[in-house]
Amino acid sequence: MLRYSLKRLLGAIPTLLVLLTLAFFMMRLAPGGPFDGEKSLPPEIQANLDRKYHLDEPLWRQYGRYLWDLLHGDFGPSFQYRDYSVNELIASGFPVSLRLGSISILLALLVGLALGTLAALRQNRPADHRIMALAMTGISIPNFVLAPLLILLFAVHLGWLPAGGWEGGRGRNLVLPVVTLALPQIAYIARLMRGSMIEVLRGDAIRTARAKGLPERTVILRHALKPALLPVVSFLGPATAAVITGSVVVEQIFGIPGLGRHFVQGALNRDYTLVMGVVLFYGALVVLLNFIVDLLYAALDPRVRYR
Amino acid sequence: MKLLEVEKLRVRFETADGPVHAVNGLSFSLEKGETLGIVGESGSGKSQTALAIMGLLADNARLRGSIRFRGQELTRLKRNAMNRIRGDRIAMIFQDPQSSLNAHLTIERQMTEVLEHHRGMPRRAARKRAVEMLEAVQIPDAARRIRRYPHEFSGGMRQRVMIAMALLCRPDLLIADEPTTALDVTVQAQILRLLRDLQREFGMAILLITHDLGVVAALSDRVQVMYAGRLCESAPADVLFQRPLHPYSRGLLASMPRLDGPPGEPLRTIPGTPPTLFGQPSGCPFAPRCPERLPRCEETPPAPLEKDEGHRVACHLLEEEQ
Repeated sequence: MLRYSLKRLLGAIPTLLVLLTLAFFMMRLAPGGPFDGEKSLPPEIQANLDRKYHLDEPLWRQYGRYLWDLLHGDFGPSFQYRDYSVNELIASGFPVSLRLGSISILLALLVGLALGTLAALRQNRPADHRIMALAMTGISIPNFVLAPLLILLFAVHLGWLPAGGWEGGRGRNLVLPVVTLALPQIAYIARLMRGSMIEVLRGDAIRTARAKGLPERTVILRHALKPALLPVVSFLGPATAAVITGSVVVEQIFGIPGLGRHFVQGALNRDYTLVMGVVLFYGALVVLLNFIVDLLYAALDPRVRYR
Repeated sequence: MKLLEVEKLRVRFETADGPVHAVNGLSFSLEKGETLGIVGESGSGKSQTALAIMGLLADNARLRGSIRFRGQELTRLKRNAMNRIRGDRIAMIFQDPQSSLNAHLTIERQMTEVLEHHRGMPRRAARKRAVEMLEAVQIPDAARRIRRYPHEFSGGMRQRVMIAMALLCRPDLLIADEPTTALDVTVQAQILRLLRDLQREFGMAILLITHDLGVVAALSDRVQVMYAGRLCESAPADVLFQRPLHPYSRGLLASMPRLDGPPGEPLRTIPGTPPTLFGQPSGCPFAPRCPERLPRCEETPPAPLEKDEGHRVACHLLEEEQ
């Protein structure tokens, strides 16, 4: 188990290295630089700045320098927020994004699993059709459309909830961004759960459980739920990735000071180090979460455990 | 009172392509402690008959006729009432022990829940009984292995577990649907011997469903041959094997490969294929394949006739003789 975990974590290093390299050179290919503004700077100042941030060096040296700093756990200084290092920005933004993201995933799981199971148990009946229609809608509406609609309805017309802002992550401020992030995931999870539950319920093991005379509740909760959960657990990796990319948009729309916002601002300002830092951080996070999902999978399926 | 009485049982499935007539007016009964073998090809309705008794037919199935167990009509029972009978008084084991056991629960959990539900036994007592039952089906080191998951057992051991699980409440009737089909031949023999010994010990009746005449011969007191959801012939096992009357039974027995025949002899078959079960044939369903068919075989279906004591045959040929 420990050996397996170590191997998996070490195996993530090449993945992250590829991500880092791609991100580094793609960003440098984009036109413009971190210090280009409305009016151009005097050439001496430009040269001084370039020297200070080593932008005057050849690209491969800058790449090497970045790798070297990274080995020491240093994401470098932010080009835009001059007084902050990228490490500090990530440290301040991540708890906000984590809170937003984890609440969204939790909500998506809770509601998605319940709706999916319900739809499976009422297969091809009105309740099932209604839930699946809802899921279809949830998948089809992109978050940048959903968020303004929610703001219009609940903040502007009804005035129940704030249109944006964070204020330390108060419940009122959380509702709209969390719903925006969770809704598509609820839809995916509900569809996935419905399909796998129907499949499991058709299986021989469930027929045996019924032949034993167990009450339907026990058949579902004890015998069907665990195997039916497996595909959903596998989906948690991609789902987390989707919530992370979704949060980039959602944080921007709702003005939430999280990592996603730093990423967007960094990209707009060509804040090379900040973008690199956030990309790598997200990359590592997705790798880690997928690893946790695999462990969870093994915990749920005894047949996977010993392989 | 008979233990089980099935009368004019009909099972029909509503499908997108039209109704499928799986069981068509089947009647039979079973005495206490008796073993009845039901033989037939795939699609002869033998498994659906078993599932109908258990109340486990698929949602699109329509059931008609009567199934009485110890005088109680099962077809009209609500699910809760049925759940008090199945697993307790009637138990069932299935063809593939690999998929029939729940891969995600330990053997202990899958066994103790039966006793907790039907007997209200506390977990410890239930575990003790479960271990005893595993020992009764000759699983070595049962006390330790009960904590294992199904995939840690071999195929034969899994079927033993299934049998132990089915017998926990000492049922009056055990329905065994192709219990040895998924197993090696040597393991098959062990399982059949085990079933016979356990029957002697517990005194239950067995409804044995199989397409394997050898399996039927090893275990059954009585044999019933089915074709296209109908009864062809029902007789005491020795009578059926020595003097089959229905052309289909004779064909089946003739198709059994023999070890004492001349080497290189081609295997005998019954020409043709079983009928589709969409729609109902006007005459005897076996008529198109029957070597001895009469003109009226294609027109009217034969009714089962009592030929001798306990020997029923549904065939126009035999009406002729009488």
